Amino acid sequence: MKTLIIVPAYNEERNIPIVLDELRKNLPDADVLVVNDGSRDATADVARAGGATVLTLPMNLGIGGAVQSGFVYAHRAGYEAAVQFDGDAQHRGDQLRLILGPLEAGRADVIVGSRFVAGGPEGNYQPPFLRRMGIGLFARVLSALTGWPLTDTTSGFRAYGAQAIALFAESYPEDYPEVEALLMLKKAGLTASEIPVLMRERPWGTSSITPFRSIYYMVKVLLAVFIGSLRAGRR
Amino acid sequence: MNLATARGHEVQCVMGLLETIATAASLAIILTVVLLIRRGRLLEKYALLWLAASLVLLVFSLFRGLIQTIAGFLGIYYGPSFLFLAGFVFLMLLLLHFSIVISGLSASRGALVRELALLRLEVERLRRDAAE
Repeated sequence: MKTLIIVPAYNEERNIPIVLDELRKNLPDADVLVVNDGSRDATADVARAGGATVLTLPMNLGIGGAVQSGFVYAHRAGYEAAVQFDGDAQHRGDQLRLILGPLEAGRADVIVGSRFVAGGPEGNYQPPFLRRMGIGLFARVLSALTGWPLTDTTSGFRAYGAQAIALFAESYPEDYPEVEALLMLKKAGLTASEIPVLMRERPWGTSSITPFRSIYYMVKVLLAVFIGSLRAGRR
Repeated sequence: MNLATARGHEVQCVMGLLETIATAASLAIILTVVLLIRRGRLLEKYALLWLAASLVLLVFSLFRGLIQTIAGFLGIYYGPSFLFLAGFVFLMLLLLHFSIVISGLSASRGALVRELALLRLEVERLRRDAAE
């Protein structure tokens, strides 16, 4: 399968070399697109030096806009599969084949890498308590709405098939997009399925999610979820 | 002239002053809007909106009794309360409208930024191919 690895990155000059190194080691055949989301550091140069194709957004669009850029690129270039692999190195290269396997086997249109699904490996990175609570809440709401058993709806480590790429190239949520994107899949009549994966804490820098922002995150996503399901109900 | 009529006269004078100020202010707003349109700084649809709003203000300034009449009709005892209510509702609707417009602009900005980035990448590629 012609596969594109989409790496959204904002000021990740220290993590990008680690990410690209892992990608090359684990999936040498795949093309790598680093979406440089208006970084102010040397992310673009570092990524180019690491052999990736670099798509530099002239303005910062946030994670949703950056990942959507990757989908548009993948869609136009005719990729059959795409993997979102975050530029902060919290996703692990040795998990790539795990997430691409079920996609190639046609298990679902999107395969989500989950830290929490039962039967997963030991020693996984666990997010802080409150964030885990929030993730658990989303998981229950989303499972009820979609009918898919989901445990890690905020995970950005995902593999997408051609139909999902086409859908998200057309439209993708702007900020904190992961949860809403699952609902969009459901509405479009596509499917998602989870597999257990290992993740780690980012080696360098801090996450963009602060305590205040996680409250905004919760409210915004729940609102989007309920409005989204209302909209789905009317159709 | 007894005290009551004197006071009534005084009140009328104050109202006259108020009406003058209100009318002048309404005219100033209309003038500002017209100037903005002339300089091309306002889109027509917003120009129409502001012209309509300032015309309503002008009518209310010229016919002060009108506020009290409409307020009375709606069962509002204190006339100016109606004015505040109307102004508040108008501003709320306007803000909602602006939020909708901003959301649309934000979406089209995202699409533009993406298209620009993809084109730049394409140009880089073509240049490199041409150089080889």
